[in-house]
Amino acid sequence: MTLAEKILAAHCGKDKVSAGDFISAKCDLVLSNDITAPIAIREFERLGFPHVFDPNKIVMVPDHFCPNKDIQSATQAAMMREFAGKHGLIYFEVGEMGIEHVILPEKGLALPGQVIVGADSHTCTYGALGTFATGMGSTDIAVAMATGEIWMKVPPTIKFVYHGKPGKWTGGKDLILYTIGDIGVDGALYSAMEFHGEAINNLGMDGRFTMSNMAIEAGGKAGLFQVDGATLRYLKGRARGKYTVYASDVDAEYARVIEYDAAKIEPQVAFPHLPSNTRPISLVGNVAIDQSVIGSCTNGRLDDLRLAARVLKGRKVDPHVRCIILPGSQQIYLEALKEGLIEIFIRAGAAVSTPTCGPCLGGHMGILAAGERCVSTTNRNFVGRMGHPRSEVYLANPAVAAASAILGRIAGPEEVK
Amino acid sequence: MPHKGKIHKYGDNIDTDAIIAARYLNMHEPRELAAHCMEDIDADFVQRVKPGDIIVAESNFGCGSSREHAPSAIKASGISCVIGKSFARIFFRNAINTGLPLLESAEAVENIKQGDTVEVDLATGTITNLSSGKTFKAKPYPDFMMEIINAGGLIEHIRKKSVGAR
Ligand code: SF4
Repeated sequence: MTLAEKILAAHCGKDKVSAGDFISAKCDLVLSNDITAPIAIREFERLGFPHVFDPNKIVMVPDHFCPNKDIQSATQAAMMREFAGKHGLIYFEVGEMGIEHVILPEKGLALPGQVIVGADSHTCTYGALGTFATGMGSTDIAVAMATGEIWMKVPPTIKFVYHGKPGKWTGGKDLILYTIGDIGVDGALYSAMEFHGEAINNLGMDGRFTMSNMAIEAGGKAGLFQVDGATLRYLKGRARGKYTVYASDVDAEYARVIEYDAAKIEPQVAFPHLPSNTRPISLVGNVAIDQSVIGSCTNGRLDDLRLAARVLKGRKVDPHVRCIILPGSQQIYLEALKEGLIEIFIRAGAAVSTPTCGPCLGGHMGILAAGERCVSTTNRNFVGRMGHPRSEVYLANPAVAAASAILGRIAGPEEVK
Repeated sequence: MPHKGKIHKYGDNIDTDAIIAARYLNMHEPRELAAHCMEDIDADFVQRVKPGDIIVAESNFGCGSSREHAPSAIKASGISCVIGKSFARIFFRNAINTGLPLLESAEAVENIKQGDTVEVDLATGTITNLSSGKTFKAKPYPDFMMEIINAGGLIEHIRKKSVGAR
């Protein structure tokens, strides 16, 4: 069996499951946020269950439009806060919060071998820990909160192998953008993606979270890594409970195996308006920008900020560019502060924000006007994603976003003198 | 009861930001959301759409965010069902859960144009293009999903099951 099949079999009381089976899976963690929780709460009340199945397995995070951006957002956040309080759920208030997919692993809540469902499409991020994690809608989450179980179809698994050593400025973001550019935004529709190979073994946890995060951008249901030394080191002193490590069998059945030479993958830029619309940095041409955003559940972790700081250190952001940096959590913000990264950013002329999804989904903290262009380390560049329907978002890694902020056009870090 | 209405046709990879932009996610009432349905890619959809109308789309309709606001907005706008070549996974779940019928038929999509009048019989999955007289068959749902659809959505399905178990 594949890693996905093994975890799912263990969560539905079966010895074996295969792609296409319908199962009812037990959930180890059930997640929602300030946008999706209000509907989940409404549907939960309609179900008529007096209690949630287990308050210690339900997490609510105010991150999308929080700190509250307007009265309506405040009303939705209040609805979530009240429900979380009433049922004694795990809840992070703004002072200790972060973007949901950054803090669940950081706080040791997401663990290997678990099944995690979340009313947010990027719930797949936890696959980096060898977790079967997938996004669903609010109604599904209401049912999972009440019963602790949810129906699922066991997905086929596509195996991706990244051979060789990637170049200095090529990271997890580039490997996954390259992959999506190759297979398309529905290239892994309904499937689990499994990441393997030399380049993957050498990738740090933050880079792995970035890759799992964007499995959904290929239509995937999950993006999984095998647990190794790096995973175990990450979990040490952090894991809030016991966990089980599963691994794919050597004779596991894959729907497809796709192999790449990572040494040939340059930093990638996804042009509007699809994450699959990728070009290597050397073929981007002259694209002037108005804004550069560094953050999000894709690239708002400490390694990402370090990378941006390496490029921005001692340099200045172009006066025509708004460079906005959003650490993914309060913990990351604090560590970046201690390491001196925040000072580098501010001296370079970048704005640093409290953790929030903010501009990633066009919420607040950096909305684009008609005709404006932004290079962003986020995961989606759909029409209107960051503001006006006639604005444009280009997806890239943090080093490219930092270099672009300095040069005022999309550029690789090697072009910065 | 068959659904009958005019066609609103879209291309590949219509994402949930296009169906309902994130700037409106500070609301969650279906009627409020419907007022902005498809706004960024089809500004006068809301003025054009009539109760019973049908959306026809190419591949991967509903990709992107998990927002259930998307099928809710489509349903509340008056659209009776969506015919597509394929649907994104989370959108598919959300539509089933909230009672927006989806029909998968590549042949139907290729043979239906913007503005055609189409009739859909959900019970049999039959799609008839009244403008051309052609008929198509949608891919049947697995039995397990039919149970949820017949119960009237996931909440009703679970309510029935948990009452049975008590
Ligand atoms: S940072 Fe962006 S992609 Fe991630 S959870 Fe927030 S809105 Fe979604």
